[in-house]
Amino acid sequence: MSKKQSDYTIKRNQNEYEVVIGLEVHAQILSDSKLFSSSPTKFGAEPNTQVSLVDAAFPGMLPVINEFCIKQAVKTGVGLKAKINKRSIFDRKNYFYADLPQGYQISQYKDPIVGEGSVILDLTSGEKTIGIERLHLEQDAGKSIHDIDPKNTLVDLNRSGVALMEIVSKPDLRSPDEVNAYIKKLRSIMRYLGTCDGNMQEGSLRADVNVSVRKKGEKKFGTRCEIKNVNSIKFMQMAIEYEANRQVDAIEEGESIDQETRLFDIKKNETRSMRSKEDAHDYRYFPDPDLLPLEISDDFINDIKKNIPELPDEKKKRFIEKFNLSAYEANILVSDIETSKYFEEVIKNSDVKLSTNWITGELFALLNDKNLEISKSPISAKNLSKLINLIKDGTISGKIAKSVFEIMSIEDKNPADIVKEKGLKQQSDPKELEKLIDKVINDNPDKVKEYKSGKEKLFGFFVGLAMKVSGGKANPQLINDILKNKLK
Amino acid sequence: MTIDLKTVKKISKLARISVDDEKAKKLESDLNSIFEFIEKLNRLDTSKSEPLTSVVDAKLQLRKDEIKSQNIRDQILKNSPDENKDFFVVPKVVE
Amino acid sequence: MSNIIDLTLVDLVEKIKKKVLSSKEITKAYIERADKSKKLNTYITEDFKNALKKADNFDNSPDFDKKLPGIPIAVKDLFCTKNLKTTAGSKILENFIPTYESTVTDNIWNEGGILLGKLNCDEFAMGSSNETSFFGNVQSPVGEKLVPGGSSGGSASALAAKLTPATIGTDTGGSIRQPASFTGIVGLKPTYGSCSRYGIVAFASSLDQAGPMTQDVKDCALLFSIISSYDNKDSTSIDYKREDYLKKLNKSIKGKKIGIPKEYRVDGMSKEIEDLWQKGINIAKEAGAEIVDVSLPNTNYALPTYYIVAPAEASSNLARYDGVKYGFRSKGKNLIDMYEKTRSEGFGNEVKRRIMIGTYVLSSGYYDAYYLKAQKVRRLIKNDFDDVYKKVDAILTPSTPSSAFKIGEKTNDPVSMYLNDIFTVPINLAGLPAISIPAGHDQKGYPLGLQIIGKAFDEQNILNIAYFLEEEINFKNKINDWWI
Repeated sequence: MSKKQSDYTIKRNQNEYEVVIGLEVHAQILSDSKLFSSSPTKFGAEPNTQVSLVDAAFPGMLPVINEFCIKQAVKTGVGLKAKINKRSIFDRKNYFYADLPQGYQISQYKDPIVGEGSVILDLTSGEKTIGIERLHLEQDAGKSIHDIDPKNTLVDLNRSGVALMEIVSKPDLRSPDEVNAYIKKLRSIMRYLGTCDGNMQEGSLRADVNVSVRKKGEKKFGTRCEIKNVNSIKFMQMAIEYEANRQVDAIEEGESIDQETRLFDIKKNETRSMRSKEDAHDYRYFPDPDLLPLEISDDFINDIKKNIPELPDEKKKRFIEKFNLSAYEANILVSDIETSKYFEEVIKNSDVKLSTNWITGELFALLNDKNLEISKSPISAKNLSKLINLIKDGTISGKIAKSVFEIMSIEDKNPADIVKEKGLKQQSDPKELEKLIDKVINDNPDKVKEYKSGKEKLFGFFVGLAMKVSGGKANPQLINDILKNKLK
Repeated sequence: MTIDLKTVKKISKLARISVDDEKAKKLESDLNSIFEFIEKLNRLDTSKSEPLTSVVDAKLQLRKDEIKSQNIRDQILKNSPDENKDFFVVPKVVE
Repeated sequence: MSNIIDLTLVDLVEKIKKKVLSSKEITKAYIERADKSKKLNTYITEDFKNALKKADNFDNSPDFDKKLPGIPIAVKDLFCTKNLKTTAGSKILENFIPTYESTVTDNIWNEGGILLGKLNCDEFAMGSSNETSFFGNVQSPVGEKLVPGGSSGGSASALAAKLTPATIGTDTGGSIRQPASFTGIVGLKPTYGSCSRYGIVAFASSLDQAGPMTQDVKDCALLFSIISSYDNKDSTSIDYKREDYLKKLNKSIKGKKIGIPKEYRVDGMSKEIEDLWQKGINIAKEAGAEIVDVSLPNTNYALPTYYIVAPAEASSNLARYDGVKYGFRSKGKNLIDMYEKTRSEGFGNEVKRRIMIGTYVLSSGYYDAYYLKAQKVRRLIKNDFDDVYKKVDAILTPSTPSSAFKIGEKTNDPVSMYLNDIFTVPINLAGLPAISIPAGHDQKGYPLGLQIIGKAFDEQNILNIAYFLEEEINFKNKINDWWI
C-alpha cells in the first residue's frame, strides 16, 4: 500500500531488519451518555459516581444502545474513507477481570460497523497511505487502582461502559515516526469530525501496538508481540524502539519470538511479558443474545455523509490550490482543526500570505512560549486580522507591528487603538519624510561623499538612521525611495 | 469425542471455578455422557442453514444520547462484600 | 361462601371490587395457609409483614380500577424485587438485596398486586425438579417426596397448594410448563419478546421468558394481560399491540386447524400420555376443529441444541457472579484465587456443570463444532414451525413425556433429567408461545398436562383453545393436604 519505503531499519551484524507495526487505537467516543446505559461519561468525577445498575452488571440488567454513538462511529468511518457495514453484530468477549463487571465486554467481532478504509500520512519524505482494517464499537472497562490501598486493589467503574471505537490499522507502519504521524493524523481527523477529543492524558486515546521484525526484503511477516494500552505517542515510540530491538536481538541469538501480550514499563523503558493475561486468552466470543443485530439504513448513512465537515486532506488541497500555500504551510495549518479555524477566520478579511506568515511565525512562537492551545490564544483571530491589515495598508511597518503584537498578547485589544494610543502610526507623508532625510544627509556630509564615491553599502546606514530619527515610524518603502533620489 | 481430565481442568480454569480431583472426575463422567447426547447433532446436515442468533424479528431499538442515571454510588456499593464507601475492593492485583 | 383460598384470581378480584372481601382478609388467608405449609419449602423469602401492611393500606384507600386490586401474589425468586432479598435459588446471591424492581413484577404491583414473598426455584432456573436450589428441594402438594418439577417448582407447588392465588415463573426450556403439568395447574410461556426480561436474573438470554402460572385459563389470561408489556429497557422486548386477553377470551375452537406433530410420539412414550393426547385430539375434533397431521422433522435435535445454546449463554451470563460487586465472596490469596473459590463454593453442581458445558462449547477450536452448529440447527427447528404454521393455527402435544417423579430419582443422571424437557424445549428455541393445561391423571393419580403451541404473538388463540379444552376436560386436582 505504501508509496514510499521507510528507511528506518535496525542493523545487527551483517543483517538489516525492517520493523512492521500495526496499531489498535481505542478512541473514546464523544457522547454525553455511555454506549449501553444512560450514565454520564464526564472525565474526572468522584469514583463510582457515574455508574448505573447496568454499568455495574447487576442481575437482570440489560444493555440498550446509544444511537448517537452509532452515528459517531459511522461518521468516523466516513472520515477514514471506509466501508460502512449496514448490518453489524455485537459480540461478547468473555474474560474475568476486577474492572470488568459483566465478566464480558460487549464488542464487535466478526461483523464490525466499519470495514476497510485508509489514512494518508504527511511525512517529510512525502505522503504515505496507511490501510485501515476495521473500526468497531465496544464498551470500555472500569479502572483498577493499585496504589491507594497497600493490601487491596480498588475498582472505580466510572469508565465502565463508556463507548469506544477500536480502529485497527493494517500492518503498514514501518517506524516510530510513522506511528507518530499516524496517531496525529487519526486524532486530527476525529477532532475535525467531533467524534473523539483525542485527549491522551485523560485516556480518550490509547493504543495497543503490534510489533514484529523481519529481515529487509523478506515478504513474510515475523511473529508479532502486542504491547497493551500505551497512552502517549512518546511511550509508543519508546516501546516500539525497545521491542523491535529486543526481537532483533532474540533472532540474532537464534531464539524464536513468542506471540504474546506485553506491557510497556515507563520507568524502566522496557516491555515485559504480561503473564497474568495469558491464561485467560480464550475470549469465547459469541453474539450477545441481549442485543439484536444492528441494522442501519442508507438514509441514516447519507444523512451523516451530508454533514461531514471538510477534513484535513481536502482542506490542505484547497489551501494549496486556492491560496497558493506550500504543502508544508498547508500541512501546518490543517493538522489541527482549531488552527485551521483560526487561519480561516483571519484570512476572511486579510492577506493570505501575510496571515500565513504571522500565524506560523509570531503566533505559533507566542503559543509555544506560553504553552497554550490555539483555541486559548491571547490574541483573537479578529484582532490579528486587523493587525495584518494595518501592515498591508501601510499604517504601520512590520517592525512596529511586532511591538503592537506584543502589546496585544498581554491585552487582546484592537490594534488600531494601540497604534493610536501609543502614536505608532507610520509616517508616510513624503514632505515630512523629505525634511527628515534632508536633515540626515546634511548631518553626515562625509558619509554622503563616501557613498557617492562608490561605497554603496552605506545606503543601509542612511535608511537605519532615518528610521531611528523617525522613532521607527517612518514608512521604510518611502524612505528608500526618497533616499535613492536624494543621493543620486 | 471424549473430554479428559486435563480438558476438565482447563475449562474450569477458564470458567474461574476451582475443582478438586474428585470433583473433576465426576465432572469428566457427567460431561462425557452429556456430550455423547449432544453429539447427535452431527448427524444433521446444516450446510445450508444460517445460524440463528435471535428469534426476534425486529430492528434493534436505539436510545437517545441522554443522561438519565444520577449518582447512585450508595446503591451500587450497598451489596458489595467489602465495606468501602467509594470503591469496590478486591485482593491486590499484580500486573 | 367457599374458602378464600379456593377462589380463583378472577373471583378474588371480583369479590374485592364488590367489597365482599378485603385485601387484608385475603392476604391473611394465604399467609395462614403458608404458615401451615412450611414442609413444602416453597418460600425462600417471606414478606408477610409488609404484605399485611400493604393490604391495610389498600383497604384504607382502595383503587378498584386496578386489575389486581389488593391481591396478594408470591413470585419466583428469579425476579428482582426492590428491597427484598433475591437469590435465584443460589448461595452466590444468598444475601443480595436489589435496589430495583423487575418490569414484570412492577407491572403487577402497578395493577394493585401485593408481594407475599419469593418462591423457591432451581438454582438460576437450571433444573427440572427444583432439586438444585441452594435452599433445599421443594415438595409437591400432589404427593409426599414427589418433585413439583422445575425450575419454577416453588411457584407451581405454592400455587397448587393454594399458598398464592396465582404466580409467575420463568421458562427457558420448559420451566413453567413442566412444573405446571406436574402439579395440575395452568402455565403459559409467552412469545419471546412479549414480557420484559429487565430485572429477571438471566439464565439464557435468547430463551428466557417470564409467564403466568394460574389455577385456570381465565386467570392466566388476566395475569398475562398485566405482565406483558413493551419495555425500552430490554432491547429484545417487542413493541406490538397487546390485548386485554381476558376480555377477548372465548371458547371458540370450531373450524380451527390443529396440528398433531408425529415426531412427538417418542419411543417409549407411556400409554397414559398417549391416551391423554388422544383425549385432547378427540375433544377438539368433536368440537369442530380440523385435526391435521404435521411434521416437525428436527424435533429430535432440539434437546441437544438446547443443551449447547442455553449453557453457552449461561456461562457468560453468570460470569458477573464473581464476588466483586454483590453476593457471596470467598476469601482468596489473590484475585484469581478469590474468583475460583467464590464461584466454586457459591454455585451448586448443576450450575457448575452447565457453566462448564457452556465454556467448553464456546472455547476456541470448538465454537464451530458446537455453538455455531447449534445455532444452525436452531434455525432449522424454527423453520419447521414456520412451515407447519402455514397449514395450522395451533399445535397440540403432551406437555411432558411422564408425570412427576420422586425426589432423588433422577439427580444422578443429568441426561435423563434433561429428557424431561423434550416437548417443551423446541418451543423456546423457536421463540413461540405455549400453554400447558392440566388434562388428566396417571394411574398413580399424578396430574398430566397438554400443551398448546401457538404462532408468535398469538397468545389469544392458544388461550381460547385452552379455555375450551379446560371446560371439556373438567380437570380436578386431587390434593389432600398431606403436608398439613
